[in-house]
Amino acid sequence: MTIKTWLTTSLLTASLIISSNVLAEKTLLNVSYDPTRELYQEFNAAFAKHWREKTKETVTIKQSHGGSGKQARSVIDGLEADVVTLALANDINAIAEKSKLLPENWQNRLAFNSTPYTSTIIFLVRKGNPKGIKDWDDLARPGVAVITPNPKTSGGAQWNFLAAWEFGKRHYGEDKAQEFISNIYKNVPVLDSGARGSTTTFVERAVGDVLISWENEAFLALKEYGSDKFEIVIPSLSILAEPPVAVVDKVVDKRGTRQIAEAYLQYLYSEEGQEIVAKHFYRPTNPKVAEKHAGKFPKVELFRIDDAFGGWKNAHKIHFADGGTFDQIYLK
Amino acid sequence: MNTFKQHSILPGFNLALGFTLLYLSLIVLIPLSAAFIRTAELTWPEFWSIVTTPRVVASYRLTFGASFAAACVNVVFGLLVAWVLVRYHFPGKKLVDALVDLPFALPTAVAGIALTALYAGNGWIGQFLEPLGIKVAFTPIGIFVALTFIGLPFVVRTVQPVLEDIESELEEAAATLGANRWQTFTRVIFPVIFPALMTGFALAFARAIGEYGSVIFIAGNMPMISEITPLLIVTKLEQYDYAGATALSVVMLVISFILLLIINLLQWWSRRRSTIT
Repeated sequence: MTIKTWLTTSLLTASLIISSNVLAEKTLLNVSYDPTRELYQEFNAAFAKHWREKTKETVTIKQSHGGSGKQARSVIDGLEADVVTLALANDINAIAEKSKLLPENWQNRLAFNSTPYTSTIIFLVRKGNPKGIKDWDDLARPGVAVITPNPKTSGGAQWNFLAAWEFGKRHYGEDKAQEFISNIYKNVPVLDSGARGSTTTFVERAVGDVLISWENEAFLALKEYGSDKFEIVIPSLSILAEPPVAVVDKVVDKRGTRQIAEAYLQYLYSEEGQEIVAKHFYRPTNPKVAEKHAGKFPKVELFRIDDAFGGWKNAHKIHFADGGTFDQIYLK
Repeated sequence: MNTFKQHSILPGFNLALGFTLLYLSLIVLIPLSAAFIRTAELTWPEFWSIVTTPRVVASYRLTFGASFAAACVNVVFGLLVAWVLVRYHFPGKKLVDALVDLPFALPTAVAGIALTALYAGNGWIGQFLEPLGIKVAFTPIGIFVALTFIGLPFVVRTVQPVLEDIESELEEAAATLGANRWQTFTRVIFPVIFPALMTGFALAFARAIGEYGSVIFIAGNMPMISEITPLLIVTKLEQYDYAGATALSVVMLVISFILLLIINLLQWWSRRRSTIT
């Protein structure tokens, strides 16, 4: 994984340098997180076609994928991303804070908190659900093996953690939430570094009874490996995961790609863009398209991180920073 | 200056020394000093509290313990492999010889994925071990297996040329002087190959300490149990904690340096002893 991402990143950078010098053709680099690979492949082709029809210009969009935190770090360290489409706002916050490549109020610039699509966290279990898993409290039961990535390295895992925490808080009270989450993580035999890694562990290595997963990743696994092997279980409560997008101002101004980068993100909100989003099991934010695909997505009570945890910065400080609630699980 | 300069038949000593120092600085010393400089952002108490948290200490124990165990196993079996490759002729020997180098060439991530697939509960080997209650993948044993895999060629390739230099007449002479097989091995052969064996051990050990790619796939990465120090360094980087990450790497560098120094001294001592007696 690391070698692969590293290779693609360096190849992308190299090809960017070459293509911007040799060809007059416009290129965009979209730096994204792990499970959006298939989504952006299709979306990029659609946008290139749309742009050619509109302006007669040919545009090539390069994509780079990897763990959300790692991708943010590449951009901070100098990878010239025109747009970033990451798993959580905190990673784009980090880019804004550490490298000043975009203003700190970036999230107010596009509709719906700069979130063109949302997702949520659900469970994937083995066919027939042999352990009878129905909700978050079943994950804390002794004898259930739970697969989830390490929240220290994976954006998806942070959503998982927060969803479980909120469930614990609502059902057992504020002071019992830590105990509840500890019981869940004591059932975790493997902490992979990314969401794809966990899916592989659960699906290919047959480890664990339940995978806590992105909704789109769970549907993808079901499509890929067949519904005769796995089942999706919807918990009573989950988190509204908002993977945001942003134009990286300093990069697009330097490369002269601002107009096209902004159009690219706008197009995600268009009806055609939202249709592609829905096709890849992300929840569209456009009400009209969302309505149309309502039957595709399971009904689940969703809460927002801003309401439950007072935003990402706060949640990160309390739960995932060194010595936070996640570290405390393993120190007792 | 005169005592420092060694006279040699070949010219260009100054040039060669200058080049060596420049090369070592560019390739080794400058990147390493960058790690130390980054750490200098921290105060001593901060540094100390980062490198002594229980989770970090557990990871040192695992990293150095598993690396040491893997290097020890490699010394025994690497010597055996080298012995067989040098002393015996059999069909397919060239092939076996080439196989030894495979862990050098294979991307470590590939090795990790392959070993995990093999030793997981549903893997070829794992399915037989699991009923016996032995879990390899996603436990510290898995880390040990991966480190043994990547370390093997270091021992074989350092011992092999030395073994080739020992003429079998030496063994025959020992036998005619009344030594039994065990004595021939411990008194005649072993002292000669011991320094090379130590070099192989040191290389395999050092390689294992720094190993990341193959281990993260098979380790399970549980804090306090199967989390290696290099993973903690990567974890800190992912959280934009550059100073914390370099603090851990400085500790690893210092421990590794001390251990390698001890091994070198041991080697020097054994070489001196074997030339005196």
